[in-house]
Amino acid sequence: MNQQNNQRRRWLSVLSLLSVGVWLNPMLAFAKKPEAMEAITRIAGSQTPKEGRVKLVLPPLVENGNLVVLKVSVESPMTSQDYVKAIHVIAEGNPLPNIFSAFLTPRSGTANITTRVRLGESQRVWAIAQMSDGSFWQGYADTLVTLSACTESI
Amino acid sequence: MSKTSRTSITMPAQAKKDSIIEIRAIAQHDMETGYRYTDAGKLIPRDIIRFFTCQYNGAEIFRAEFHPGTGANPLIIFTTIATESGTLQFEWRGDDGYEAFNQSQITIT
Amino acid sequence: MSPENQAMQDDPNLNPAQFWVMDGQSLWQEKAGKRDVSCASCHGESGSAMRGVAVRFPKMSQGKLQTLEGQINQCRVSRQHAATLAYESKELLALTAFVASQSKGLPIAVIETAANKASLQQGRQWFYTRMGQLNLSCAQCHEDRAGLKLGGSVIPQAHPTAYPIYRLEWQGLGSLQRRLRNCMSGVRAQQFEYGSPEMAQLELFLMWRAKGMALESPGVRP
Repeated sequence: MNQQNNQRRRWLSVLSLLSVGVWLNPMLAFAKKPEAMEAITRIAGSQTPKEGRVKLVLPPLVENGNLVVLKVSVESPMTSQDYVKAIHVIAEGNPLPNIFSAFLTPRSGTANITTRVRLGESQRVWAIAQMSDGSFWQGYADTLVTLSACTESI
Repeated sequence: MSKTSRTSITMPAQAKKDSIIEIRAIAQHDMETGYRYTDAGKLIPRDIIRFFTCQYNGAEIFRAEFHPGTGANPLIIFTTIATESGTLQFEWRGDDGYEAFNQSQITIT
Repeated sequence: MSPENQAMQDDPNLNPAQFWVMDGQSLWQEKAGKRDVSCASCHGESGSAMRGVAVRFPKMSQGKLQTLEGQINQCRVSRQHAATLAYESKELLALTAFVASQSKGLPIAVIETAANKASLQQGRQWFYTRMGQLNLSCAQCHEDRAGLKLGGSVIPQAHPTAYPIYRLEWQGLGSLQRRLRNCMSGVRAQQFEYGSPEMAQLELFLMWRAKGMALESPGVRP
């Protein structure tokens, strides 16, 4: 009887903490999609990518998720001693988190890439940059994906 | 039998030595994600372009990997330094034996 | 239209529809049918003779109201002695895109004439008639509520200035008729058939309504 009461009290306190947490910061309760985190870990290994130097630009509101223009710019001198080796784009809300990877060289001139991606739903998209010195940097953008009106019924 | 499609390259034909040029490469391809179903409920298998490379007078200067999350008729815009006159060669490879080639000349002024 | 889609449309290097225009250019020069002639054989190699053509369609031709697709098929049958191309087939879309793109930037020039008056009136009626399980007319959304939102999208005035379009929803090129069928399925109405007189009449009214607006073909739409 006592054990049941203790368990119930513990469960109630967890529940209340969670509710308070959601009230304070909704994003906390619905944390980063685990697959996306795993994908970033596969890229960066044991390192945690540092925030900064990577700018990811997505339209804030997308009328159709089938073709979304995505621009990544990474600050880098792009010399043979210090350049961006790779840029990986990870989507938190897609069935597969990896959507695109670019591999650059000191001959690239800039680390600015533009491409067009599919976004399955409103989500956060990450860009992870791997530098020639072995460090990892990251940036992100949030976007709302809506659906076009009057679609086909085949 | 490998299949192919149209591709389009946009880049300057001339550039000053060591200036940075922008290259736009686009290939005609449905990029079937492998997550769609037919009306009968059958899964449509993945059929996408997987790799894109750019070689500048034989040296690889850029490479990209496309995943199912890349949009149809994939576009990639990237930059490179116009080091010398010559030929840039572009290659796309993908599922089901897909391959496409294109090239563009550049003259250094 | 969102700035990203506008940029995609305006730049032929970014516009996915450009591939269909290139295919259309090849088809334009390809001999076909029992007569073994190409479009180019009569209309010239470059296709530039088609400038000003798309902005005048649909129009009356030999007593029949023809859309641009209908006219292309008419030429195939009567001049090339070839089979018609199916609506929404890659070939017909490519040829339509190629011909329409020749008129890019020109104002739509469909006017009321004695010959098309009856068809135009019929088209106007389709536009203002309620249809479907949702019992909505085109006008209720596209005139009364143009600029307001349906779901997350802004309701346009529905001027067909850019057809055929690369619709992101379709992830491919499609004709105005395909889009009109989408609208009809949207209000749960019996869709007009491809190539039907009703479709041509509605197209005629829509183009007449858009007269003076510049043709943007081939367009990009969400």
